[in-house]
Amino acid sequence: MAGVLVFCEVKDGKIKKASREALSIGRKLAESAGGDLVALANDKSVAEEAGRYGAKKLYVANISDYSTEGYTAALKQACEEAKPSVLLFAGTSNGRDLAPRIGARLDAGVASDVDQLSWTDGKLRARRPVYSGKAFATVEVTSTPAIATTRPNAFPAEEAGGGATEVSEVSAPADAKAKLLETKAPEAGELTIAEADIIVSGGRGLKEGPNFSYIRDLAHAIGGAVGASRATVDAGWIDHQHQVGQTGRVVSPNLYIAAGISGAIQHLAGMSSSKHIVAINKDPEAPIFRVADLGIVGDLFQVLPALTEEVKKAKAH
Amino acid sequence: MNSVVCISHVPDTESRIKVGADGRRIDETGLKFIVSPYDEYALEEAIRQKEKSGGDVTVLTFGPERASQALRECLARGATKALHVKGESGDADALGIAKVLAAAIKTVPHDVVFFGKQGVGTDNGLVGPMVAEVLGYPQVNVVTHLEVGDGKLTATREIEGAEEVIEAQLPAVITAQKGLNEPRYASLKGIMAAKKIAIDTKSVADLGLSDSDIFNQRVVFVSVELPPEKSGGRKIDGSDPAAAAQEILKYIREEAKAL
Repeated sequence: MAGVLVFCEVKDGKIKKASREALSIGRKLAESAGGDLVALANDKSVAEEAGRYGAKKLYVANISDYSTEGYTAALKQACEEAKPSVLLFAGTSNGRDLAPRIGARLDAGVASDVDQLSWTDGKLRARRPVYSGKAFATVEVTSTPAIATTRPNAFPAEEAGGGATEVSEVSAPADAKAKLLETKAPEAGELTIAEADIIVSGGRGLKEGPNFSYIRDLAHAIGGAVGASRATVDAGWIDHQHQVGQTGRVVSPNLYIAAGISGAIQHLAGMSSSKHIVAINKDPEAPIFRVADLGIVGDLFQVLPALTEEVKKAKAH
Repeated sequence: MNSVVCISHVPDTESRIKVGADGRRIDETGLKFIVSPYDEYALEEAIRQKEKSGGDVTVLTFGPERASQALRECLARGATKALHVKGESGDADALGIAKVLAAAIKTVPHDVVFFGKQGVGTDNGLVGPMVAEVLGYPQVNVVTHLEVGDGKLTATREIEGAEEVIEAQLPAVITAQKGLNEPRYASLKGIMAAKKIAIDTKSVADLGLSDSDIFNQRVVFVSVELPPEKSGGRKIDGSDPAAAAQEILKYIREEAKAL
């Protein structure tokens, strides 16, 4: 039965948001391609949740620590059973690690980091950023299965009203050649830019590293992640994980607040597909204002603390 | 320890991109090409391993004539050998490219195969893991720290908001993330020495591969478009910070619906 298979990542007993987004677009593709939406995860307790997103079946692989080899074998077995036309991954670290590996094993094509997907003329059609978002390519994946990784936040996560779904175990051999030794915990309370709905980003206008506290305070108050321009990362003010743009991350949050970022072409490429953009900069000619929906020509050291206070007040109500 | 570093030759990150006449590719006219930035971290790491424990660093690329420049640049920084598989890699998809590179890697002694985590061009981030699969090697993606020794490597991999430490048997594939090291510039001495090293060349056919498999078109470009020009939105004076903050809050609530 051809259809769509979605790899689901589970955290704290729930399907991660990026995977729920992949399930939602997967369900739509299954409707147009014909066939069922099915899913694969490492935790059978998410069967009911997968069902709510329209999955008719959940393949369960008995894997605790992430393993490229283990999941590739489990996915291959699920593909042999379900014979999907499309195989989807959320474009997370693990999705980006697995999609090419299973693609090569199945001799299948992969479209990475896509923000639009459709089933057109019997093939998977995908739109994806190239040159770090300076251009968009529309590609057709002609293999069976056709594989794609979905960009977090590009597709809405929508429940379909289904219920409990059938569970089927797939075997997952332990990875003989690589093993996880240790996971180092994240800095407490820090969200990551890749999946965040709101990003507050700082640039050279902060003048020095400790002033990232202005960015962190607002990010913390509003419930967003801390982003950064390349200049601040190269200056050692903040870790590279926060960098937005070419040689950082291409992001599409609902709200992007840029403070003290002039807007180099590499930075604009990485954030201009954000849905709502607010820029705060002293220079009225800064290129960031060309992509901003709301631009404030002013001093970030005054505007940011005032905004942080307003947000705290708004949240308290 | 011997390394292979796979290099992609991409438009300079400062470039403005134009769509080509066929509407399916970019116009390469006038573009300056560089070694893809993530590949620089890969190369630097391989050179450091060589400086520690000897061996060769072979830089490898699959691409048109112009890609030789990238290899020359890598030799100037300290790579010891170079192999250029000539061909229109732009007509192959990621798996086609991976099959060519995997076949070429087999002709060169190696313990670790290095890639950048993605080429800053088509931004697929696919070729490294695909090569690992074709060769049957373990892979560690998006690596920020690496130790090699004793038939295995230990690599730190960046994941969402955390890091994983992974041990893998050699030979293995590593994809480099920014932060792995601080790449060096080519020295004048290096540039002169590099001129004496011949770049080995091969064709796809020399590697025993058929064009029909490499240029198989599992992924086909339909069109390339530039993002719509944003006209820029409202711009307001922020000399009264409290008023500006209230304006932003209103926008966040009413238009972004984020609070």
